[in-house]
Amino acid sequence: MTGAETQGGGADYLLDVRDLKVHFRLPRRNVLTPGGTVHAVDGISYRVRRGSTFGIVGESGSGKTTAALAAMRLVPVTGGSIRLDGVEMTVLGGDALREMRRKIQIVFQDPYSSLNPRMRAGAIVREPMDLMDVGDPAERDLRVAELFDRVGLRPEQAALFPHQFSGGQRQRIGVARALATQPELIVCDEPVSALDVAIQAQILNLLRELQEGFGLTYLFISHDLGVVQYICDDIAVMYLGEIVEQSDRVSLFTLPLHPYTWALISAVPSARRRTGGQDGRVRLQGDPPNPIDPPPGCRFAPRCPFAVDRCHREKPALREVRAGHLVSCHLVGDDCVPPHAAVAGAC
Amino acid sequence: MDAAAPLLEVEDLEVEFRTRQGTARVLDGVALSLQPGRTLGIVGESGCGKSMTALSIMRLVPVPPGRIGAGAVRLKGEDLLQASEKRMREVRGKDISMIFQEPMTSLNPVYSIGDQIAETVRLHEGLSRRDSLDRAIEMLKAVHIPAAERRVREFPHQMSGGMRQRVMIAMALACRPSVLIADEPTTALDVTVQAQVFDLLKELQEKTGTAIILISHDMGAIAEMADRVMVMYAGRIVEEAATDEILESPKHPYTRGLIACVPHMEEEPPPERGALTEIPGVVPALTDLGSGCSFAPRCDHATDLCRSRAPGPFAVGADHRAACWLYDEAGAA
Repeated sequence: MTGAETQGGGADYLLDVRDLKVHFRLPRRNVLTPGGTVHAVDGISYRVRRGSTFGIVGESGSGKTTAALAAMRLVPVTGGSIRLDGVEMTVLGGDALREMRRKIQIVFQDPYSSLNPRMRAGAIVREPMDLMDVGDPAERDLRVAELFDRVGLRPEQAALFPHQFSGGQRQRIGVARALATQPELIVCDEPVSALDVAIQAQILNLLRELQEGFGLTYLFISHDLGVVQYICDDIAVMYLGEIVEQSDRVSLFTLPLHPYTWALISAVPSARRRTGGQDGRVRLQGDPPNPIDPPPGCRFAPRCPFAVDRCHREKPALREVRAGHLVSCHLVGDDCVPPHAAVAGAC
Repeated sequence: MDAAAPLLEVEDLEVEFRTRQGTARVLDGVALSLQPGRTLGIVGESGCGKSMTALSIMRLVPVPPGRIGAGAVRLKGEDLLQASEKRMREVRGKDISMIFQEPMTSLNPVYSIGDQIAETVRLHEGLSRRDSLDRAIEMLKAVHIPAAERRVREFPHQMSGGMRQRVMIAMALACRPSVLIADEPTTALDVTVQAQVFDLLKELQEKTGTAIILISHDMGAIAEMADRVMVMYAGRIVEEAATDEILESPKHPYTRGLIACVPHMEEEPPPERGALTEIPGVVPALTDLGSGCSFAPRCDHATDLCRSRAPGPFAVGADHRAACWLYDEAGAA
């Protein structure tokens, strides 16, 4: 359906990440034990279409935030390539990097700790323009007022300090700050997780409205599948530093192929689909294993209820099984029948 | 029908806080009743009085600046608001216990988890050190912590978030309380771990008959766990009914908003997405609540009546009440 247009066409994709790796060396605990290496992101590839929202979901520790920060070059990249608008980001440095960063901004999860309590709201929004030397001072002031209006704040509120705003308003300031340098890509790192349910809708609506107004592209990190389903066009599911499934939003939720995706989806309690608890649902046992020494085969195998011998020995490759739908699981056949089909009773 | 004598009954509870901005009425006429083995869900945004209701039941409201103005909290007939502080120390942890949102900050980092569970049992049941540690191991097994004999000696920082929340549950249930108050027990956890914790709570409830009060902002979590739901707004109960009833036909505009504003995960998402329903504005400051309905400033249906007089709860269905003028008299709309 959708994903099949212009395969490999460069202009269509704003962000093109290939085989990205971010490893962190751990200090040795003592002279005898060698320090380990955390494979936070271990060879992921994805492309984000211009003007679309690309979501990365996963549990805590899956590497989703690191993957996004790496795209901004905010963490050291161990290997792979990141192309923004055709420019290779991994080799940039100094002024060239700064210039590219104008095009990527970020909205953080916690609107309380991500705003400087000693700065006035207007100065917070203006700061990126000062740093990147956008326009002259008068233009910047004008733009601050315009941005306040755009995100649903009153321009005179620019004189207030962050503590004088509610959580939702603070997140609006965070969004205005991200918009200040007229970026093309905005990384949204759990932008609504810290907000009250009633406020989440306000911010999500604002993000969609701004996307339409400015033609923005979002890289959206979240653990909330309801939010991801609503806001994202394409979604990658990460587990222990790797993408295990990737697809457009309709296909991913209608036919989740990886047992992990299915488990994630079935773990979400819903006010609409009230299940008694058991029917067609799995419970994952245990917590995600530690990314320091990932298991040799499929990384999900130790928690997978369907794992067979091969899963523990041999690592599955991410492959396209339907148009635009990628999965890395030995048990998904070419007929696209996932291992949980029998349990879920639906396919 | 819940005709039997309730285990826990809260009547007309009023709690105020003196602040520099004036007196804040944080709870206004809160009433609830809980049967053994049942789960009551309390939902609402932050600042609606959910946690304050829990703290009042445990009598943990700091006085001053707080003040429990009126009402009664009856546990098996005994009014806890009149009980001595000594008696309350017996009740807390033994008859009523509580688990909190953040398992890292509610466990003591310098004691092993075994010591922390054993302490409760030693204090309340007078068991010896050895016996109480055995009980701790037994409880860790009950909450499915693998290698309980070894892990009982571990410290909170050695465990994952899900494990810590299991430890909290083990500690809360060690003395077999008749009421367990769970205040946002899974908000800090991943969905897969949340599902495990919910399963565990249900399993233990089935075994022990503990009644649960589940406080959450997540309608989904409430739907999964609770038999009955209370929706709170600005210190008042605005709607109350059986869970299925409230999810199928929410009456109060606030409840409707709460259900509609969350993007629900659909099994087959529609290709086109409209804007989400918003509840405009924010929760009001409790210091300047007028005489009208406190939700009126955010409500689409608000009339002059709403702004001038607070609505009492009206019956809107079988065992279903909503505090909204829309349902005065016959209950139209």
